[in-house]
Amino acid sequence: MGLIFKNETYRDDFTFSNSREAVWRFPFPFHEDKYMYVVNIEPHVPGPKGTVYEFPIDIDEHYVSDMRDRALVLQEDPLRCQSLPHMITAEWDLVELLMTSMANDFPEHFTLSRDGDNWHWINRPMGIDQTFVFGDISTLPYRPMEYITRQCQGDFCLLDQRDGNLWMDAGIVTSQADWSLDFDVGMNFMEWHAPVPLAHERGVFDRALKFLLNLQQGRPVRRLNWTMTINPRLDTSPENYHKWGTDRTTVTPQNVGEKVHLRVEMQGLWRLPRSNAIVFSIRAYLINMNDIATIPKWRRRLHRVLKTLPPEIGGYKGLTRYQQTTIDWLSKFDDGAATSPGCGPE
Amino acid sequence: MLAPGIKSRPVYPGLTADGSAKHNLISAEGEGAEAVLDMAKTVTPDFFARSTILYCRAGSAEKDHEQSLRDLNPNALWVFPTLATALFRLRGTIATLTMGTRLYAAGTEPFIGSVIQEAIAAGIDFKSVITEHRGSAKRRVQCVHCKGFTEDVTTNPVVCAHCGLNLLVRDHYSRRLGAFQGVCIDAEVPGELPETEDLYK
Repeated sequence: MGLIFKNETYRDDFTFSNSREAVWRFPFPFHEDKYMYVVNIEPHVPGPKGTVYEFPIDIDEHYVSDMRDRALVLQEDPLRCQSLPHMITAEWDLVELLMTSMANDFPEHFTLSRDGDNWHWINRPMGIDQTFVFGDISTLPYRPMEYITRQCQGDFCLLDQRDGNLWMDAGIVTSQADWSLDFDVGMNFMEWHAPVPLAHERGVFDRALKFLLNLQQGRPVRRLNWTMTINPRLDTSPENYHKWGTDRTTVTPQNVGEKVHLRVEMQGLWRLPRSNAIVFSIRAYLINMNDIATIPKWRRRLHRVLKTLPPEIGGYKGLTRYQQTTIDWLSKFDDGAATSPGCGPE
Repeated sequence: MLAPGIKSRPVYPGLTADGSAKHNLISAEGEGAEAVLDMAKTVTPDFFARSTILYCRAGSAEKDHEQSLRDLNPNALWVFPTLATALFRLRGTIATLTMGTRLYAAGTEPFIGSVIQEAIAAGIDFKSVITEHRGSAKRRVQCVHCKGFTEDVTTNPVVCAHCGLNLLVRDHYSRRLGAFQGVCIDAEVPGELPETEDLYK
């Protein structure tokens, strides 16, 4: 069954919306009624049919519009895509991972034929038909990482492994929750996480790094992260913060349902075969409060999570100006009933 | 003293002489010269005969350390009026360094950051550079919006010297850029600014 791709925007008139199916498959991130940083890494194994975990790379109804928004961001600011010279092998690894995964799991939309190093890639939703020589950059219209990630939902970083650390030496980041690839490129794992509050002291990054340094080929892992966004805006970059920052002051009790979005990142990590680098994918899913309110368990739980959120975390995530208005709005839907364990909608 | 606890900021453990280096290239800015003079108390007499000193007066212009450095009898002492002229010489010198040379940097954080940038550009492992912070705690700040660098920042917030936005100086440092990150502080409510504090004197 092929996907039907919506035509929608993540800026200006903000026509993005989720279908009923997209709401049901939303990766709600809270397994209990409160939140604190933990090392919540689990194997990235295939999940139930129809969920965002069904395939390693999730393509959904927003695909075509996501890719158009990425192209708009890159048009304005090409430095959202950067790669240090030693990362070229990892870039080709990424081409292989994404093309084989997309073609295998969404054959109606993507086809990959390989004859040695002569590859033929067809992307039907975007109208792309490309033959190229794997390993020869002169045969693609962009560098390999940029080429394939202009056709795959989610931000991607390539982490080099050396000196017992991971180094963010390449990436394409156009839909980020307020961090700058341009600033962080070249940093190691501890350095790029420097601004995160509380987690360093809890040993979260030490444990996560130790775990990731031992990541094995063919055994990818994933974790969820979350924040909130006003309007369904993908490009909440620090680069453009002076343009979108005022959004945070526009929330009123009347418009919470449409304006306030829970933004969940499914972060996947894969060891790459040739380069020994790690792919770090950050796929953002957006859902507004009106849609959250249609799921009784989620509306109760989100209300409780926001109410008990440590202020440092709320501050770091930039929720402060509209957190109380959102809690008040959600409180109408919280009858105090118990919530079942796990993240699913019941 | 520099504020502790910023995990992306390098640590500057202090100058210690590498007795086994065949040659020492010692760069110092302003009060950084005093770190070199302190290190001189710990070395064997032949150490400075194997050393070249690049000295940029900068911050300590009112207190010139040129004569004190000359009294160490280095193989060469080069004195420069500004950071830019010192870096130009450093770049040219690094390009022709031979194996067994040790690089040192002492001075303000923007100076050390600039030396490290030159080292990285020449393929030297940044961890091998011996560093010591001396003098002002001023910061170099990169505006995340226009990407312009503002030098000699001693306050928070600070106005971007390029685009004019009011920037919060975040405690987040990039070695590649040799700078802290500046992010618009009144993006949500333009004009809503906290009191300016002299944090990095």
